[in-house]
Amino acid sequence: MSILINKDTRVMTQGMTGKVGQFHTLHSKNYANGENCFVAGVTPGKAGQSYEGIPVFNSVAEAKAQTGATVSVIYVPPPYAAAAIDEAVEAGLELVICITEGIPVMDMLRTRYKMQGQNKQGKQTLLIGPNCPGVITPDEIKIGIMPGHIHRKGRIGVVSRSGTLTYEAVWQLTQLGYGQSSCVGIGGDPINGLKHLDVMKMFNDDPATDAVVMVGEIGGNDEEECARWIRGNMKKPVVGFIAGVTAPPGKRMGHAGAIISGGQGGAMVKLAVMEECGIHITRNPAEMGKTMKAVLRG
Amino acid sequence: MKIHEYQAKEILRQYAILTPRGKACFSVEEAVAAATEMGGALWIVKAQIHAGGRGKGGGVKIAHSLNEVREHAGKIMGMQLVTHQTGAAGQKVRCLLIEEGVHIVREFYVAFVVDRSKQRAVLIASSEGGMEIELVAAKSPDKIHKVWIDPVAGLTDAEADAVAKKIGLAGLASARACLQGLYRAFVEKDAALAEINPLVLTGDGRVIALDAKFNFDSNALYRHPEIVAYRDLSEEDPNEIEASKFDLSYIALDGNIGCLVNGAGLAMATMDIIKLYGGAPANFLDVGGGASKEKVAEAFKLMLKNPKLRAILVNIFGGIMRCDVIAEGVVAAVRETHLNVPLIVRLEGTNADLGKKILAESGLAIIAANDMADAAKKVVAVARGKQ
Repeated sequence: MSILINKDTRVMTQGMTGKVGQFHTLHSKNYANGENCFVAGVTPGKAGQSYEGIPVFNSVAEAKAQTGATVSVIYVPPPYAAAAIDEAVEAGLELVICITEGIPVMDMLRTRYKMQGQNKQGKQTLLIGPNCPGVITPDEIKIGIMPGHIHRKGRIGVVSRSGTLTYEAVWQLTQLGYGQSSCVGIGGDPINGLKHLDVMKMFNDDPATDAVVMVGEIGGNDEEECARWIRGNMKKPVVGFIAGVTAPPGKRMGHAGAIISGGQGGAMVKLAVMEECGIHITRNPAEMGKTMKAVLRG
Repeated sequence: MKIHEYQAKEILRQYAILTPRGKACFSVEEAVAAATEMGGALWIVKAQIHAGGRGKGGGVKIAHSLNEVREHAGKIMGMQLVTHQTGAAGQKVRCLLIEEGVHIVREFYVAFVVDRSKQRAVLIASSEGGMEIELVAAKSPDKIHKVWIDPVAGLTDAEADAVAKKIGLAGLASARACLQGLYRAFVEKDAALAEINPLVLTGDGRVIALDAKFNFDSNALYRHPEIVAYRDLSEEDPNEIEASKFDLSYIALDGNIGCLVNGAGLAMATMDIIKLYGGAPANFLDVGGGASKEKVAEAFKLMLKNPKLRAILVNIFGGIMRCDVIAEGVVAAVRETHLNVPLIVRLEGTNADLGKKILAESGLAIIAANDMADAAKKVVAVARGKQ
């Protein structure tokens, strides 16, 4: 088991004829069961073409009908990326993973508004990202831009707003012999899909996950909301780290969502709430793995 | 992206929101000429910088005569205006807004921002104008009213009227028009903040924006050349401007240890671990996912402009980015810049071994680190040794 995706997931790439889309689709296809998982690409006006044996379709609906893919990954450039999410939602996909960084906030507000409630099939499409590395279930499937080789199959869940800092957490776990059930990059944008809380609930319900590493950063209050839920509901230990204790207020630290504004979103507040809610926090980013080891050894 | 008050008011006027008559002036003579042409008996001389708290810092003065306009303009133009938002050095005043005086009956606060948790634009309004809204929120939260906006319906007549009534602007059609105009400006210009503080009711019953502030979503600037044209580079950190030319994300900090990292989260974590081991980061620097040799070299040059710099830590977790490419970039940058501060490099991930080999065989005095903790300890130690 795992969360969100596994070896039986069938994926289409939106924006597969672009350089970035091709590069990462190829790497994902070459990872574990990728050969069977990546079944379609979508680029308007390019139906009939193919890349590495993967057929290209004009629309998400067409790709879904022809191949049975239920998940899409988006590498479409920022001006068109929100519309690409809309298209996937309208076609009734189960999960959309948007890698694209730089989508205007107003576009995401409209897209998230349209995602409220159920689609025509009576289901709700889930969104991961935008501005995220993607999702991986080690030894089964990798959807996104993370390096596959640092992961190892196991029973620790990882959820994070960052890219390379997630790799850091994963690598520390792997080196200590702790594999991962699934690793989810929820992205560094202020308006996004699944939040820490949503992913935490999935890990809580996943029989293949024993514990979770939660990596957050400055900006917003998603980590606090997740922590408050954990206090009363989480059945598994959680290790937490927040990046940006040294970040000055009012400055956007690389990620669009990583900004302390109006006195809100500071790292110390997040850490304090997380600690109060029973999360095993570490203030040392080099010790996320060690902290997990200490918790599991009890 | 931030803009000046006079530019913000230009935007407001495009949305039929009333503002005092005024003119942006770039010299004292221009300021006096503008006041003369405007006529009347009362003028406001306002420093134009990208920071709040200008009044308290002495950057806003009332003039009762043309002589006073000249006097105030002379004092404010060119001054280093220090406010709680500028830092101790202050910001040099290069532009003044000369405005007609207005008879104020009451002051209000109205603004639109994005509510991240509700994923909606939100109108924030208060009867307590002219103060910082954070202060009002802390002191009298009951005086802050919020309306979350449905993006399809926009701010409806009923919602606008209800808010106007709550803050004490009941029954004024101009209040509704102002709130709806501000919402349209916020959405159509892709703003991150659209704030009027204070919005005032005048003696003759008009609703006027006395001060205005806009911030814009930098992700959306590609579709707003008219906003980009408002950019004032003299208000920004020259190093941050230089960094943006090379698609590097750079923010100057107070410490003496430069950091070069790939990825925003890891870059922040690297700053944090330097602090944790007793050092102080000199900057945030994210070279991004696809850094080239050239980008690495530019990043080194940027860090080296800082006279306080005592050591550099390169922390790379190769994903898409290959460590051998970074290593080649580091070697080239060290040679090109004749680096004279200690350099600690930690490489992990894709092609890390190859990268380490390139560094070791370069013959340069590069200190290799095994992991993030090792790197932080080493860089803090060498930075201390140099002081």
